[in-house]
Amino acid sequence: MDHAIEVRNISKSYGSVVALDNVDLDVQRGSVMGLLGPNGAGKTTLVRILTTLLRPSSGSATVLGYDVVRHARHLRSYIGLAGQSAAVDDLLTGRENIHMAGRLYHMPKRQVQKRAQELLEQFDLVDAADRSVKGYSGGMRRRLDLAASLVANPPMIFLDEPTTGLDPRSRLELWDVIRNLVSEGTTVLLTTQYLEEADQLADEITVIDLGKVIAQGTADELKHQAGSEFIEITVRDVEDIRRAASVLENFAENNECDIDEEARKTSIMVQDGASIMVQVVRSLDTEDIAVANMAVRQPTLDDVFLALTGRTAEEAATESEQEQN
Amino acid sequence: MNLPQAVNGWRPEPPAPSTPVREAIGSVLYEFRWIIADTAMLTWRMLMHYRRNPEMLLSTIFGPLMFLFLFTYVFGGAIGRSTEINYIDYLLPGVLIQNNIFTVMQTGIGLADDMQKGFVDRYRSLPMARSAVIGGRVVATTVIAFFSAIWTIGIAVVIGMRFHGGFWPGLSLPFVVALFCFGFAWISALVGVSVRDTQTASSITFFVAIPLTFLSSTFVPIETMPGWLQAFAGVNPITQVVNLSRNLAQGGPIAVYALPTFLWTVFFVFGIGSLATWRYKRIS
Repeated sequence: MDHAIEVRNISKSYGSVVALDNVDLDVQRGSVMGLLGPNGAGKTTLVRILTTLLRPSSGSATVLGYDVVRHARHLRSYIGLAGQSAAVDDLLTGRENIHMAGRLYHMPKRQVQKRAQELLEQFDLVDAADRSVKGYSGGMRRRLDLAASLVANPPMIFLDEPTTGLDPRSRLELWDVIRNLVSEGTTVLLTTQYLEEADQLADEITVIDLGKVIAQGTADELKHQAGSEFIEITVRDVEDIRRAASVLENFAENNECDIDEEARKTSIMVQDGASIMVQVVRSLDTEDIAVANMAVRQPTLDDVFLALTGRTAEEAATESEQEQN
Repeated sequence: MNLPQAVNGWRPEPPAPSTPVREAIGSVLYEFRWIIADTAMLTWRMLMHYRRNPEMLLSTIFGPLMFLFLFTYVFGGAIGRSTEINYIDYLLPGVLIQNNIFTVMQTGIGLADDMQKGFVDRYRSLPMARSAVIGGRVVATTVIAFFSAIWTIGIAVVIGMRFHGGFWPGLSLPFVVALFCFGFAWISALVGVSVRDTQTASSITFFVAIPLTFLSSTFVPIETMPGWLQAFAGVNPITQVVNLSRNLAQGGPIAVYALPTFLWTVFFVFGIGSLATWRYKRIS
């Protein structure tokens, strides 16, 4: 058993509000764990406990073998944290920000200088290195924040919603950076509300909702839990959509058929997409329905969340916001 | 020390910044060294702020100008009749202290800003000395207060202020002012870590600083105040340090004001300072 993180029965409450409720979690060394959940699910609270910022109300947790409460001070030398709000100093340059972080990790000056240059190159910040951060774009700030948290080469890194608020291009760039990290053997725990992000980056995903772990597994395993594949048919002529739907219904696992008239699209849930697709095509042909597009779709993690909680990720976020207010 | 690396039979890798650190954590020498080094690092950060963003110095630069001119030329004619010495000579130490009290009030506002922006989370996840986050800001504002004191004395001399208390006492004036402000900065720090919001921190510090600086011997002799107010102004630490500064510049008894000033400063640094650090450590 080679776990970088072991969480046992961790709970955290603020007064009567329960932020975490008996959470258990193991993270393999050198892997990426995605902590997935809507706003207010308790992801950040867990990260704050694991990075020694917050004491749990009960339960225990070790990171890299160090107890997060009893050996907090030792642990801090070995972890990096890149939080939700990029904690970089606007009035310092990129290089100075990394330098400051390195010195506060108590690294020798010369080593910090060398490491700062390395990181600036790795994160494509060399050109901006000696400009003040005030003029950086959102994506550059996040990259700098991440670089600063990596200055001491920590074997364990926590990324709390690393791409929230970034444009799609910056997000893709940051994903590449994170993938690189993992290839160098760093263990990563990242939280995200983006189901796609967890799917893209994480080896294993823990779904958390209202402070509880509600599912755990690889992206494929979770998709499997959601059950099935989808067959989606887009008809050429919107007049045909009802007829197409009634054909599809016969093949549906649960005899239900979704219709989206605006998109001229109808879809069903099935067990074995490919073989049923053949039959669907034949039947549609017999009925003389012109098809614009057809596809077998894997369930997304949104489907998973719906299957696990009975509500979409968005609904869950609204709900926990209301609970907190 | 009982270390946990045996939990899974392996040690964290790489032992990068730290193998000796593990043994050293908790030893006095180790702690002391890093409190100094980390405080110096964060002081540097703050001083860079002033250098890159000189607007932050506007009130420090123009505040003393305004007060010296206003009180010398507008109120000075009237108030001057109640002071035994030249009013500008009477006024300078008061303006020095008042203006620099406002300078070090930036400490808490800056700390609150760090908390709002998530900076403090980054700091608290690092192996750095925790008191350095507050200490860095306190030291930086004190450095600014020191230079501001020299600047203020310079203006005052230009518009007619003269030293009559001897060379060494006169020379010690900016240092005494800076030392007291160093103490006072911890009060601001306590406000900053307690309210964690720049707006609130700024209004609370304002409402602490205004009565403390005005209900004292800063601008007028306290004998001109009603009895109940004299009682307050008499024990007000600002009165003590203003009187000390005045006598350093103009001659007169020093020890009688130096002792309470020193005791107040010690109380601010160690009493209020520990409270502020304790509150900072308890942030969640």
